[in-house]
Amino acid sequence: MSRRATHLRVNPIRCDAFGHCAELLPELISLDEWGYPIIAEGPVPHGLQQEARRAVSLCPRLALLIEQRDADSA
Amino acid sequence: MNHVLTSGPVWYLMRASCVVSLLLLSAVSALGVATTSRLRPARLPRFVTLALHRNVSLLAVAFLSLHVLTAVIDPDATVRAVAVILPLPSSRYGLWLGLGALALDLIIALIVTSLLRQHLAPRIWRALHYLAYLAWPVALVHGAGIGTDSGAMWMLVVDAACVAAFGASVALRLLTAPSPASKHLSPPRVRVAP
Amino acid sequence: MSVAVQPRQRVATLPRLLPPAGADASLGAHIERYGHLPGLRGEGRALISAVEASGLRGRGGAGFPTHLKLAAVAAGRSPIVVANGIEGEPASHKDSLLMQINPHLVLDGAAAAAACVGARTIVIAVNRSATSAHASLAGAIAERAGAGSHAQFELVTPPDRFVAGEETALVQWLNGGPAKPAFVPPRPYERGVRGRPTLVQNVETLANIALIARHGPDWFRELGSESEPGSMLVTLGGAVGRPGITELESALPLRAALERSGDSDGAARAVLVGGYFGAWVPLVSALDAPLSEAGLRPLGVSLGARSLTVLPHATCGVVETARLAAYLAGESAGQCGPCVFGLRAIADAIGSIAACEPGANDALRRLRGVAPQVTGRGACAHPNGATRLVASALTVFRDEFAHHVAGHCTARSFEPVLPIPAGRAEWR
Repeated sequence: MSRRATHLRVNPIRCDAFGHCAELLPELISLDEWGYPIIAEGPVPHGLQQEARRAVSLCPRLALLIEQRDADSA
Repeated sequence: MNHVLTSGPVWYLMRASCVVSLLLLSAVSALGVATTSRLRPARLPRFVTLALHRNVSLLAVAFLSLHVLTAVIDPDATVRAVAVILPLPSSRYGLWLGLGALALDLIIALIVTSLLRQHLAPRIWRALHYLAYLAWPVALVHGAGIGTDSGAMWMLVVDAACVAAFGASVALRLLTAPSPASKHLSPPRVRVAP
Repeated sequence: MSVAVQPRQRVATLPRLLPPAGADASLGAHIERYGHLPGLRGEGRALISAVEASGLRGRGGAGFPTHLKLAAVAAGRSPIVVANGIEGEPASHKDSLLMQINPHLVLDGAAAAAACVGARTIVIAVNRSATSAHASLAGAIAERAGAGSHAQFELVTPPDRFVAGEETALVQWLNGGPAKPAFVPPRPYERGVRGRPTLVQNVETLANIALIARHGPDWFRELGSESEPGSMLVTLGGAVGRPGITELESALPLRAALERSGDSDGAARAVLVGGYFGAWVPLVSALDAPLSEAGLRPLGVSLGARSLTVLPHATCGVVETARLAAYLAGESAGQCGPCVFGLRAIADAIGSIAACEPGANDALRRLRGVAPQVTGRGACAHPNGATRLVASALTVFRDEFAHHVAGHCTARSFEPVLPIPAGRAEWR
C-alpha cells in the first residue's frame, strides 16, 4: 500500500505572477526574477499543510494546486 | 398582522442595514481591487488578502439579507417577497425597487459563481465577476431613489464616502489591470551574423 | 493471436512505409502493394495485443509505447481518433511526405486504431501549409467514400506553429480554441476532443499499425533492435550527401545512416539530433551511436522527431543556435511566464554573443543563469527543449563561443543552414 503525500504545484498558464503564494508560504515558495513562483521540491511538510491550503485558497487566479501523489514519486 | 412587528423597529432596522450594506459593499470592492492590484506595495498589511475580501463580502451579504428580510416583513413597506429578486413594477416605489432587485440578483450571481469558482472556466468566472462594477452603482441608485434618508446630510456624507471608495477602486483597477497581455513580448530580433 | 498474417509482401527489408518514387498513390495501387487491411470488427483487443507484442513506440517524438495509449483510450466511452500529421518542427518533413505519397496506409492505420479503441470518429490533422499532403489525403478519402467505405474521416488543417502538434495543443484547437498546449491533467486519453477520450497518434505510428495488422508483430520485429524494433522515417539535412527523408531500420548507427545518404562533409564536427526540440552532439561521438532512444541516451540526447542535421564545418554553431533560439522564443505560446520571459532572455543573450557584441561575458553568464529558472516551469516541454538546445550548444561549440566572446567569428559561411519559417502564423 503506497502512502500518499501532499504536493504543491502551480498551473503556469493560470499564474499571473501576483506573488501572494510566496508571501504566504515563503518556506516553500520563492519567486523568480520575473515574479513567477518556484516551488520547492518534495512533499509539503506536515507542519505547513494548513498554510499550504491557505495559499492555494488565496491565489487570485486559483493557479496554485494541491496534489496527492504517491510518497515515492518525485 | 403581527402586532409585535410595529413599523418602528423593523423600519429602522431596514434602513440601518441598508446603510451598513452600502458601506460594506464599497469596502468589498475596494478590497477586491486592492488585493489584486499590481501596485500592491510590499508593505500592505499581511491581512489584506483575498480572505479579507471574501469575509467582508459575506458580512455584506449578511447585512443585505437583513435589509431584504426587514423590507419584506415590514407591514409599512409593502414589498412583496417576489419583488426582492424580480424587478417588478411597483406602484409605490416604481423603478427604485426594481433596481434593488437587480442589484440583489447580481450580488447573488457574484457569490454563487465565486463559491463554484473551481468548477468554472477562469475566463467565465472573471467575466461574471466584472458584474460587481454594475451591481454597486445599481445598489447606490436604488438606495438614493427609494430611501427616506436620501436627503439627510449624514446620508449624503456616507454616500460620498462610498462613491469615493468605489471610484478609487475603479480607477486603480483601470490603471493597474493585470491582464493576460502581460505575458506577450514582441518576437526577438534575429541578429544577422557579424 | 487472431490477426491474419498476409503472405503477400513479407519484406524483412526496407522500404516498408515509403512506396517507390513516383509510385501511384491510388486505392487500387495501394491494395496491389499492401493487400487489404484485414477485417477488424471485434478484433480491436487482439490488435492491441499484436501492437504490444510488436514493441511499436510512437513515432511523433515522445516514443511512448503505442499499445499503452491504445489500451488507455479503449477503456473510455465514445472515444475519438486523431491522426496527428502536424509537423511543427521545421527540420522534419517525414510526416508530410508520408501523407503525401502514402495516404491510404495512413488512413488504414487510423481506421485500425479506431477499431482498437472503438472509435467511430476519425480526424486527420495536417499542417495548413502542407498542401500536397492535404490534397493527397483528400483524394484518398474521396476514393474510399466512392468505394463504399464506412469509416468517416474528417480532414482538418491547424495552423503552422512549432507547438501546434503537441497533443493537448491539437486537442485544444479541435475544441475551437488556439493551438496552444493545455495544462494536464486531464490528458487527451482521459478527456480530449469534445470531452471524450481521444487517441492522438502520429501518422507514421498509425501507418505502422496498418502494417502490423496485416503482417503481425513478428514481421515488425524483423528490423530494428529488441527494445526499439521496426523501421523509422528520418529527415536528414545539412551537410549530407542527399538531404531529405529516408526510411531506416531503427537503431541503425548514425554512420551507416549518413553513408546511405552519400558523401557528407568530412570535416563537419556537429550534428543536431532531434530537430529544434533536440540538441547538438559532437559528430565524432555520435557516429557510432545507434539511432534509438537507448543508443542516444548516453550522449544526453533523444531521437525525438527523427531529424538529423549535420552542421557544415564552415558554418558557425553559435550563429545557427542563436537563430534557432530566436525562433523558439517567438514560438512560445505566451501562456507561461517562465517560458515567455526566459526564452526571450536566452535568445537575447545568445543573439548578442553571436553578433560579437560587447558584454559577451555577461551574456554568457546570463545564459547559464537563466536556464535553470526556465526548464520544467512551463505547461509543456517547449521551454525545456529550447533550454536543452542552447545548453548543448554551449558544450559542443565551446571553442566558437570563446571566439565570439573575444570578439570575432571564425566561420567562413553565414549562409543559414537550419530552416526558419518566415513570417508568423496565427494560433487559430
